[in-house]
Amino acid sequence: MATTAEGFDAHHEEHAAHDHADHKPSFFSRWFMSTNHKDIGTLYLIFAIIAGVIGGVISGLMRAELGSPGLQVMGGVVNFLGGDGASFDQQGHMWNVLITAHGLIMVFFMVMPAMIGGFGNWFVPLMIGAPDMAFPRMNNISFWLTVAGFFSLLFSLFVPGGTGLGAGTGWTVYAPLSTTGSVGPAVDFAIFSLHLAGAGSILGATNFITTIFNMRAPGMTLHKMPLFVWSVLVTAFLLLLALPVLAAAITMLLTDRNFGTTFFDPAGGGDPVLYQHLFWFFGHPEVYIMILPGFGMISQIVATFSRKPVFGYLGMAYAMVAIGVVGFIVWAHHMYTVGLDVNTKMYFTAATMVIAVPTGIKIFSWIATMWGGSLEFKSPMVWALGFIFLFTVGGVTGVVLANGGIDDNLHDTYYVVAHFHYVLSMGAVFSLFAGFYYWFPKMSGRWHSEFLSHVHFWIFFVGVNMIFFPMHFLGLQGMARRYPDYTPAFTYWNEIATYGYMVMGVSMIVFFVNIGYALVAGKRAPGNYWGEGATTLEWSLSSPPPFHQFETLPVIEDHHSADDHISEKPATA
Amino acid sequence: MESIDAMNFGAIARKKLNLLTLLVVAAMAMVALPVGSFAQEDGGVSLDEGSVAEPLETTVTEAEAAGFDYYGPEMIKGQPVSSDEDFWGSMTFQDQYTETGEYALWMHDAILLPIIVAISIFVLFLLLWVVFRYNKRSNTVPSKTSHNTVIEVIWTVIPVLILVVIAVPSISLLAEQYKSPPEDAITIKANGYQWYWGYEYLDNGGFEVISNMMPESDALDEGLPPQLAVDNRMVVPVGVPIRLQTFGADVIHSFGIPSLWFKLDAVPGRINEKMLTIDEPGIYYGQCMELCGARHGYMPIAIEARPLEEYNAWVQSQPGGMTRAQIEAEEAAAAAPAPAEDTTEVEGVRPPVSSELDAPIAGEAPTEDTSPTT
Repeated sequence: MATTAEGFDAHHEEHAAHDHADHKPSFFSRWFMSTNHKDIGTLYLIFAIIAGVIGGVISGLMRAELGSPGLQVMGGVVNFLGGDGASFDQQGHMWNVLITAHGLIMVFFMVMPAMIGGFGNWFVPLMIGAPDMAFPRMNNISFWLTVAGFFSLLFSLFVPGGTGLGAGTGWTVYAPLSTTGSVGPAVDFAIFSLHLAGAGSILGATNFITTIFNMRAPGMTLHKMPLFVWSVLVTAFLLLLALPVLAAAITMLLTDRNFGTTFFDPAGGGDPVLYQHLFWFFGHPEVYIMILPGFGMISQIVATFSRKPVFGYLGMAYAMVAIGVVGFIVWAHHMYTVGLDVNTKMYFTAATMVIAVPTGIKIFSWIATMWGGSLEFKSPMVWALGFIFLFTVGGVTGVVLANGGIDDNLHDTYYVVAHFHYVLSMGAVFSLFAGFYYWFPKMSGRWHSEFLSHVHFWIFFVGVNMIFFPMHFLGLQGMARRYPDYTPAFTYWNEIATYGYMVMGVSMIVFFVNIGYALVAGKRAPGNYWGEGATTLEWSLSSPPPFHQFETLPVIEDHHSADDHISEKPATA
Repeated sequence: MESIDAMNFGAIARKKLNLLTLLVVAAMAMVALPVGSFAQEDGGVSLDEGSVAEPLETTVTEAEAAGFDYYGPEMIKGQPVSSDEDFWGSMTFQDQYTETGEYALWMHDAILLPIIVAISIFVLFLLLWVVFRYNKRSNTVPSKTSHNTVIEVIWTVIPVLILVVIAVPSISLLAEQYKSPPEDAITIKANGYQWYWGYEYLDNGGFEVISNMMPESDALDEGLPPQLAVDNRMVVPVGVPIRLQTFGADVIHSFGIPSLWFKLDAVPGRINEKMLTIDEPGIYYGQCMELCGARHGYMPIAIEARPLEEYNAWVQSQPGGMTRAQIEAEEAAAAAPAPAEDTTEVEGVRPPVSSELDAPIAGEAPTEDTSPTT
């Protein structure tokens, strides 16, 4: 693991002396025409929080509906959005719209913008000692394309989508439900939303790859890069390779819908299953896109609060590369029941299980990093510990689902829902909160309340486990996904999950109170507020960092091994 | 692999296509009904008869099947367990009533579950250990260890070995599930429509049973589970291999029965096929398992498994229903080349290669001009 700065504060005062370094443009140019990676990162984070609140409220509506058998909530939602709430079909359709919106928002407009757009933008340049991203203007376009995509998705809620308003196709947008099965412009807007968000992500990915390959400070070799930078690099490659396939697939959907092509329509020689292959060729790497930056953040945090370098740095970095590569050849495990032949299913079973190996390496390496360390349980660390355990739980149910023969029963049940929420809603989101508390004082210059952060953690931990653990039982018992209603036998565990949502909701109130407190009354944070365990380059700067940093490139000394200190010194001409 | 031909496509009874087209058109027409005609009483909404696809000519109503005694609620075997009745039972799989289901259940309960629980507890234990042993107070000076090749090799190799332990039964389970049905298996085709199922008895005269969800009040009156009970069950023989085919008439549906460890998507443009042999007579409930539109949650599946004689009696009570013996007798009488009785075609013509991407069925193009509008 990389980098320590010796004499942290020496440098930023130098910056402070140069006024021009902190000269900020006017409000509109600063926030709407931004070319500054830190400002764009902030915009992404704010955007992700807003989208996350909307996605979270949607999941609240869903949990309220599932609190007891029957349809209680959907009618009101339909009325609210301007439909006919008494119509049974519109209620069923609204349910599908909500699951679709929840999935798309959380994947494309919460986790991805927060991880890559937010923390990636903020800290990749800082960690590699670069003044900014390689293509600052493209960075701005990436962000605003994502925002435009989000509005396109929200707009789809208010236009007809077949049996009611909005796109009710599921986030997977399977043909033919999304073609002949959903008449009206809603699905077109949802697809266009993916186009925009996808284009934004592809541009962002090119930007990260270029930045990381070309703008590392002198002496920072690839094998000295902090693991968070490694994780963003791998993620950027996954985005670059996977998203064009999604773009192609959904463009074919659009032409099937509007221009009479039949890519996915058997009546014209097409095949609905082709869409699923294309979608999941993107979709599986996508789930690693959502979790890999989290892996990177957890590595930084665990090392910081153990006051030890990461254990097995190279193994950690290449485990992520391995996960990325293998992630491209396991997609059909999402399609075990479409009628794959037996050999295909055996292959995908075996290949999928292989992913458990590099993932296991990462889990054990984090534990080994802590082993022998001097652990301090600051807020980022408790979130990281929660992440490691809950991600393990989500990971092992993934091994169960990897078995094609077992999946015959569990496919499209709540067991799958439990599995992917354990790895995302707990894995990715726990790492986001860990990263947030780790870097919030660095980004804002002000301290959050450590006490409230711990309270947030414990309530959130109990809440999400109450929501998602019972879903394993429901899935084993055969409760299908994407159902607004169920037979009374499923009532008990659904009730518990709905209560869990309320607990989780309370924790989010604590979170927002904490942010408000920090912004209004938080103490000022010094440059390196985590102490000697925090060794990457961003800790050598003030909090918040100057508007332009590293005008003089830091030099990473190479007489140490990759795991040791790196000191920042002005380059001598 | 020996069972490569488990998926048979293509050999569909082409004669059925006219019927299918008719059904699809009917389904589309139903979709095209103005939305809002399904107003319900407040709160808990249930389907009323008017909102459900009206029986087509081939549909069997209960009146027509009079004389045949359907199983009552006491014969329900495959359904979710309520936690009130059996708390622990509500946390695990439903009881299994097929051989492959029992094998899979064994594999989950005896191999997968212990392994994943052990791994989770192991990781939890390690985390608690480092939390208590290596916190700032217990261990003030952190070590500088950052490599240990031996342990890194160990934690790579041991997971690989565990995965091998899982993979061996997993692969043999797959082989088991993909066994081809024998030549004389009874072919039944489950057609997924928006939003109900149709069961075509291709080896018994080709009649189709249309199966809609039973309104909640009716289900409760009869002591059947709401959301799962249907008006016309899919009657199948017990202990006899069934060649179960699935087909999606409009969008993708999925035919899933948890207590039989059976799930197969019903995809437009292709016939999926799998063997199903049910061990015991009884009623087994399932549901559509692939998002298919507004009433995805309201197209349950109910299988009634009967001993072969009772199955044959049921078949004969259906319009156009014939037992295999009757069909054979008829064929013998005709002497000349078979009068295009589709049952024999299905069995006789099996494509030599199992092809994933089966060609679209000729003439199966009803969606173009009748796409659902609302």
